[in-house]
Amino acid sequence: MNTLLAKKKEPIDKLAAASAGGRSLGAEALRRMLRSPVAITGGVITLLFLLLAIFAPLLAPKDPQIRYLQDQVELGKGVIPGPSPGFPLGVDDFGRDFLSRLIVGAQQTLLVGVLATVIGVLIGVLIGGIAGAFGGWVDTVLMRLVDVLLSFPSLLLAISIAALFAKPSQWTVILAVSIIGVPIFARLLRGSMLAQREADHVLAATSLGVKRGTIVFRHMLPNSLGPVIVQATLTLATAILEAAALSFLGLGDPDPTRAEWGLMLGNASRQFLDIRPELAYYPAIAIIVVALGFTLLGESLREALDPKNRR
Amino acid sequence: MLRFLVRRVLQAIPTLLILSILVFAWLRSLPGGPAAALLGDKATPEKIASLNHVLGLDQPIILQYFKFLGRAVTGDFGNSLVSAQPVMGEIGTFLPATIELGLSAMIIAIVLGVPFGYLAARYRGGVPDNIIIVLTLVGVAVPVFFLGYTMQDLLAAPLGLPSQGRQAPGIDATSITNFAILDGIMTSEWDAVWDAIKHLILPAFALATIPLAVITRITRASVLDVFNEDFLRTANSKGLTQSVIRRRHVLRNALLPVVTTIGLQTGALLGGAVLTERVFNFRGLGFLLAEGIERRDYPRLQALLLFGALVYVLVNMLVDISYGIIDPRVRVR
Amino acid sequence: MQQLRLTRTRRAALIGLAGVLAVSLTACAESKRDEAGGGGTGGTMVFGDTGNPKMFDPVFNDDGETFRITRQMLDTLIQNKQGTAELEPSLATKWESSNDGKTWTFTLKQGVKFSDGTDFNADAVCYNFNRWYNMKGAAAQSQMIYYGDVFEGFANNEGDAGGDPVYKNCEAKDPSTAVINLNKAKGAFPAAFTLPSFAMQSPTAMKQHDADKVTQSGDSFTYSDYAYKFVTGTGPFKFDSWDQGKGEITLVRNDSSYAPAKLDKLVFKVIPDENARKQALKAGDIQGYDFPAPADYGLLRNEGEQVLIRPSFNVLYLGINQSGNPKLKDVRVRQALAYGINREQFVKSKLAEGSEVATEFVPKAISGYTDDVTKYPYDPAKAKQLLAEAGASNLTLKFYYPTEVTRPYMPNPADTFTSISEDLKNIGITIQPVAEPWNGGYKDDVQKFGKQDLHLLGWTGDYNDAGNFVGTFFGREKKEFGFNNPELFNALAAADASPAGDAHAKAYQGVNKQIMDYLPAIPIAYPTPAIVVGPKIKGVVASPLTDERFNNVTIG
Repeated sequence: MNTLLAKKKEPIDKLAAASAGGRSLGAEALRRMLRSPVAITGGVITLLFLLLAIFAPLLAPKDPQIRYLQDQVELGKGVIPGPSPGFPLGVDDFGRDFLSRLIVGAQQTLLVGVLATVIGVLIGVLIGGIAGAFGGWVDTVLMRLVDVLLSFPSLLLAISIAALFAKPSQWTVILAVSIIGVPIFARLLRGSMLAQREADHVLAATSLGVKRGTIVFRHMLPNSLGPVIVQATLTLATAILEAAALSFLGLGDPDPTRAEWGLMLGNASRQFLDIRPELAYYPAIAIIVVALGFTLLGESLREALDPKNRR
Repeated sequence: MLRFLVRRVLQAIPTLLILSILVFAWLRSLPGGPAAALLGDKATPEKIASLNHVLGLDQPIILQYFKFLGRAVTGDFGNSLVSAQPVMGEIGTFLPATIELGLSAMIIAIVLGVPFGYLAARYRGGVPDNIIIVLTLVGVAVPVFFLGYTMQDLLAAPLGLPSQGRQAPGIDATSITNFAILDGIMTSEWDAVWDAIKHLILPAFALATIPLAVITRITRASVLDVFNEDFLRTANSKGLTQSVIRRRHVLRNALLPVVTTIGLQTGALLGGAVLTERVFNFRGLGFLLAEGIERRDYPRLQALLLFGALVYVLVNMLVDISYGIIDPRVRVR
Repeated sequence: MQQLRLTRTRRAALIGLAGVLAVSLTACAESKRDEAGGGGTGGTMVFGDTGNPKMFDPVFNDDGETFRITRQMLDTLIQNKQGTAELEPSLATKWESSNDGKTWTFTLKQGVKFSDGTDFNADAVCYNFNRWYNMKGAAAQSQMIYYGDVFEGFANNEGDAGGDPVYKNCEAKDPSTAVINLNKAKGAFPAAFTLPSFAMQSPTAMKQHDADKVTQSGDSFTYSDYAYKFVTGTGPFKFDSWDQGKGEITLVRNDSSYAPAKLDKLVFKVIPDENARKQALKAGDIQGYDFPAPADYGLLRNEGEQVLIRPSFNVLYLGINQSGNPKLKDVRVRQALAYGINREQFVKSKLAEGSEVATEFVPKAISGYTDDVTKYPYDPAKAKQLLAEAGASNLTLKFYYPTEVTRPYMPNPADTFTSISEDLKNIGITIQPVAEPWNGGYKDDVQKFGKQDLHLLGWTGDYNDAGNFVGTFFGREKKEFGFNNPELFNALAAADASPAGDAHAKAYQGVNKQIMDYLPAIPIAYPTPAIVVGPKIKGVVASPLTDERFNNVTIG
């Protein structure tokens, strides 16, 4: 028996069980969510962030790469110009418009978070799907591996992996962070498939002589989508935070021309907290709010899907 | 119990072995290598190559691995490239600081988290509940290193707390175990104890935020679960007073998930410690790891990663045992 | 640690006895007060180090963190005058070379003793030189970086990188006259005798503690106890203790020195995080640290700390690898890069006060520097035009830069990269950035394999000799720059062999002109790293060579 592992598995398994009910329950969950203020707050934050990220190039008032006020930056004297006409939040240490960089940073941050999550989902779903579909020793071996991954502290795992890459880049961060999601999604998908094995719609299909592959792809996988989305929302929040931690440790994407919140926060909190703390505060607030948004949304989605809460 | 322990340790060995191969192979495949880290700024590529040869790093990797394994089973992980000290010795020296910090953070998280969680559950849907919930959510969302820097900048001076290090310079403390507080108590050096506590406060609170938030939420959830359970209704109908019910049933039953959460968070603390110790210059294992990463100190990274895995196995075991103690139904199987 | 425990026991004993023997207690307390007042002005300075020292035998070391500590304990034959790169007597009161530069005669200071009580004399000098020359074992030899640079080979070369030894032998003519015979003359002398690696150590102590023993431990080495805790010299301080857990190295005044320090105690505390160093200084936990971030100067000064700017002895350059992109072989392309980088703006906005735009590859303080070189002021239009002429308007370049490192010549590599790459983008060059960890492959890829088109590197001078800069960079064909220019190589060899003095300086001035016309790389800046000390600290003189000796430091 392994209590800790069991505890880590518990919420995942619970979520997986939800998919047994089929799609109609998803709709019901959605209706329930619309009545919850928590869910709405999370949803609104998430939606705003998504819009900001997607339309960032259009929304940014200035080109985030142009060093407009570089001539006025004098680090040696501790001078980074603050807000001035045209630069409502001032400029960064290269004289680039900080507001525009924050806005464009939303896109980069979302990109890192989403890619890390998606890669985690893909690998996890692949492993979990294979395990769930085949069962037997394949299942045993794969799940043992997943357990090992799952039992490691996620941040430590990400740090180790990122530290082991030869050339730090955006991709090493994304990969390191995505590893965190792999065991979770693997277990989730496997659980979801197991739960459905006994579900009515699958039993019906089987008795009608539908092929196993067809059942898996046409019936089981689509039903697993709900829990996967819920978990992905939660993982996104973690992904954004862990990417920021890696940036701070110097393991992140080193390209300083790229505007990314974690990078901006890491740089500024190391260097400029005394002379222009806003350079750290703004990205920090942005990260906190967005992580909060995803968590709120994810948690309320999960609660809504929890069969225990159904009346 | 003993058989259970032995089995768990035996089970962990293959995991550790596989991990050692992975870590080793990966580190060896990296460019650069120990010689580059060992020599300073002025070393030319020729000199680095020469040193690599001396170190046997141009031998086949399989051979290198078995040499490494041969030494590792005797507890010899070689010397650090940064400090020229045996890495095992370093771990021994730096571990107490991390335990001290981790334990303090955990105590803060439990001492505040359990009552907060209980409070929130009792006034479910009320103002305290909502405030606590929002705080826990924000707590999880704040990057730990940023919190650390902010505390240093905004809190240290007004509260009169030290913002970095483990000991003030004027304190002349005797080191016996390297646990600053314990040493101070053992030698009755109360100034050293007080100094050590002051140095712990800010980093421990920074490190405690996430476990505190999680423990609060878990406590709330499990207390709510227990409130809903049948036996409580029975107790109620038996006419037991509210306070007796709370004490005897609710907290005890609600504690189980909290214990596992504490175990889970211990793992997360290791990750957080890397960031916190770095920011607060708190010389523990996380500090050692951060420095090892920065300087590419391969022997140290190897040892630390394996050591981390070992600790995790141990923590898992401890939780299993304490679970068994709290809930006799879950006897270790 | 030993020392600390002792004081503690004493204090505990005192408390225990307090009730019984109040009289003896007062006596003891008084004696303690006397201790603090005796000798110089006393007191303790704690200095924040950026990294761990490996151990304290300087001959096996090549990093600044170790030298910062060893130079407080060990003296060299010749030293740099405080705050400059000019030579002045130290253990040798006089030095002269034969006309062919192969014989160096040192007249030694008399009555000097090592801290173990043994005499410093010509025999001790010869013992030290012979020790280096006769060093056994590939492990030991391969770590003697500076010895290898200056003396090139050992009596018996065991590593792969040994050459013909420059050192021949040493004669102790009389106790105060040591003569070093060389196989060939080198421009590095006599300045190289100031290198901290070549400090004089006690023969008795080295023999007693088996100082030459270096054994492999895994991927690293274990040194003898001598290197960890018995380093013995003639300097103002002597070794006391090294607490690994606290990261503290404690030195105490060496009362048997010919010039003891004024402080009672000097503690080096390792604090790798720059922000934590700043916090520690503000809190008074330390009284100084090295390499404060330029952005903090103003703040530190406002709080009364003294930010001491070192005269620049560094150069930061943008390396060009001509065996990379073939277009880089065209001098017009290299000139275009030089014209296209706004170095003035970079220096002004990103570097500390006192830093200047580099016009050549040696800083101003070096003899051989000349203002009479071709200069490349910022002129993007001209840069574009040159690129067009060279048919390189659509140039794509792989630009390597290091991560996880700061160097005195490059406080922030990522910032430097950004400034330069954005400038180059503005003149129409496409940049492919490649970031690599300093110890995780950057140096290998750039210097050994030459994978880059452009890269960032620099150099901190070891002693006042232009050859230490330009000779190291361009003295032979190297993967880093990927060019073969025999004319330049010969000119550098000739300059190195030229006799010290005016002729030497002239020769290097010519070479510097030649280099700036050929433009094998682009000098960017002469940064000025700083050292910061607390308001009450007196007697720290910022040295261009980071050669700060704390013997005269007092706390006022």
